[in-house]
Amino acid sequence: MNLQILEKVDEIIDKYGREKKALISILQDIQEEYNYLPRDALFRIRDKVGVPLTQIYGVATFYNAFSLKPRGRHLISVCTGTACHVKGAGKILEKLERDLKIKSGGVTEDLRFSLESVRCLGCCSLAPVVKVDDDTYGRVRQDELIKILSRYE
Amino acid sequence: MSKKITSLKDLDELREEGLKSLYPDKTKIMVGMATCGLASGAKEVFDILCQEIKKTGLDVKLNSTGCLGYCQKEPLVDVIKPGWPRIIYQEVDGEKAQKLIENLAQGKIWKESILAKMEEDEFLILDEKKKYLFDPNTGLNGVPSYFELPFYHKQLRIATRNCGFIDPASLVEYIARGGYYSLYKALTEYKPEEVIEEIIRSGLRGRGGGGFPTGRKWYYCRHAKGDIKYVICNADEGDPGAYMDRSILEGDPHSVLEGMIIGAYAIGAKEGYIYVRSEYPLAVVRLKEAIKQAEEYGLLGENILGTGFNFPIYINRGGGAFVCGESTALMASLEGRVGEPRAKHIHTVESGLWERPTNLNNVETWANVPVIIARGADWYSKIGTEKSKGTKVFSIVGKINNTGLVEVPMGITLREIIYEIGGGIPGGKKFKAVQTGGPSGGCVPESMLDLPVDFEELTKVGSMMGSGGMIVMDEDTCMVDIARYFLSFLQDESCGKCTSCREGIKRMLQILTRITQGKGEEGDIELLEELSEVVKDTSLCALGGTAPNPVLTTIRYFRDEYEAHIKDKKCPARVCRDLITYTIDEEKCTGCMRCLKECPQKAIVGEKKKPHRILQEKCIKCGICYETCRFDAVKVE
Repeated sequence: MNLQILEKVDEIIDKYGREKKALISILQDIQEEYNYLPRDALFRIRDKVGVPLTQIYGVATFYNAFSLKPRGRHLISVCTGTACHVKGAGKILEKLERDLKIKSGGVTEDLRFSLESVRCLGCCSLAPVVKVDDDTYGRVRQDELIKILSRYE
Repeated sequence: MSKKITSLKDLDELREEGLKSLYPDKTKIMVGMATCGLASGAKEVFDILCQEIKKTGLDVKLNSTGCLGYCQKEPLVDVIKPGWPRIIYQEVDGEKAQKLIENLAQGKIWKESILAKMEEDEFLILDEKKKYLFDPNTGLNGVPSYFELPFYHKQLRIATRNCGFIDPASLVEYIARGGYYSLYKALTEYKPEEVIEEIIRSGLRGRGGGGFPTGRKWYYCRHAKGDIKYVICNADEGDPGAYMDRSILEGDPHSVLEGMIIGAYAIGAKEGYIYVRSEYPLAVVRLKEAIKQAEEYGLLGENILGTGFNFPIYINRGGGAFVCGESTALMASLEGRVGEPRAKHIHTVESGLWERPTNLNNVETWANVPVIIARGADWYSKIGTEKSKGTKVFSIVGKINNTGLVEVPMGITLREIIYEIGGGIPGGKKFKAVQTGGPSGGCVPESMLDLPVDFEELTKVGSMMGSGGMIVMDEDTCMVDIARYFLSFLQDESCGKCTSCREGIKRMLQILTRITQGKGEEGDIELLEELSEVVKDTSLCALGGTAPNPVLTTIRYFRDEYEAHIKDKKCPARVCRDLITYTIDEEKCTGCMRCLKECPQKAIVGEKKKPHRILQEKCIKCGICYETCRFDAVKVE
């Protein structure tokens, strides 16, 4: 087990008073810290909080916000809400899949980008919308994508 | 020094402070910085304004504000200067921001890029107007008043009353426009039962989709057995295409808190929870700030307003699961479990969160509450239709000129919303349908545009109000593809508990996918209808119960499009990839090489200044050539 991870995970668990009802919040903080849920962290939650591993695994795989595999340094979220769909989000996603040579849900080999589709970012007036990390881009065109991605190393 | 508010005098003092902050003696500039503004570049504009103000040494108050609703024209920048009307600038970028400050430094009004002016502000809660005192010779006579713009003049902003008017991080500005006066009134003048009575009489119904009478829900929860009761704000706005809750949380978080505290007092609740989507990080930040401020001033937490009433509010972030918008699934998620709904033979008002009486309302519903308490049920119930009172916020998006958030009285027609407020369809295209109610709703065709919008009417035509998303579709939208889109959404988001929903939606999606691929068969439409009935009848929660709506309404109103796909193997809207081909019109092609360079498949051949040609066997129909051609030479058939 990775001791550094354990220390950080303990800190997060303690922040929520080791309460079972805080399971989702604990997992969210760990996901934020590591960009994914390390296996060791899940075992640690079982031991410290006393939630069965099956339940932790259930929650971790049920919600879209969690990933059991490491994500890339930058997360590209292509909004596929209805407004974005009618304005061509599907083509934007396919273009990214071709350029990055990964499927939606995948990570580039150099771990630079993760690509995901997301159900509505709530910027429907600016459809189609792509979000990279915390930056939101509206009215995106296929031929702009390369330029946008070049800002992220 | 204690900042706690315990009397009306305290509140009035803070209001004075807030008014000074809203209307300072010097120039004030506000930038609309909700998520939609930020995505249009508002942060850059804010930074440049800041920098230019420093450079010129101007004495200016610069702050951010929420979303006025006119998202099409973002980023919006407001200038409020004593002696001028309030001026709203549209589509501001760095260059325009510089010019704006240049002119201000010379004491002049910059007259370009003005969207509108405002001669007065309305404080809805206090039924007061604040007039801007200005010289009529400012040279702005030709500029339209914001309230007279076609986009605005039919609106009545109750839930979104403060969005775009206050700094969402400022409690005193919220109070200045009448905020927390309703809480004071409720706690000091009303018994809990009287608050409930007022809400029942107002006719307010849940704005999250179901439309259940809010006051009755409160009544049941108040009278449910149990010492500990909870109040929840559902801010898991999952319907794609709807973002009014995000806008309220980002632009006016205190309105939701105030509504919840009033509700908790009426119901006798001990704790409150706000379950907010993790996709809305800015809303979480705004809520956290607001809760902290409200606690500091004694408006939340222990001994609220010195009355002895205690009520804390906690924030929980969602995990990105659409089904958690369903009340029982949301409560399961709050308890730290997988968000699966349960049967509601015992209502959540009796046994909800941790099996205790729980009252859940959504963001927009809570934001209405302070206004009802302030202006009274009689005033509120005059707005709207017989069974649907008040206003509703709609997001008008998709193929429409003025995209944005609008709040209108119930009973307004779809035509008024789409053509008058929304400004019609761009590019001279023909209107085809408007989708309302999210994945549970349906598509309403042109023949029904004169339908008055309220809970009952939309349900009658096979759609529903839902949370208020309105996605406008034009002739280039394929209705079979739309039905397929919603089913693929619902297939991903079905929690899997009920077989009919889990498997039924999957089978329906397979059939629809086949149809869009040109492999549809005779009898597919009937099979879809039959499956729809089964999924509707045998699913536990509203997700499955309404999942077939998009399919059923598109079959009902656009059957010819289904038949074109199945019988003629054609997609009339030219969307379904397997049924279309891209070609180049040799007459129109100038041989500019642009599409040739952009084509990812190198499927376009030709020489400079000579017509190009698409090699069909290599073409993957990504449409980049169609998008990049400046001469309209690429045809889709």
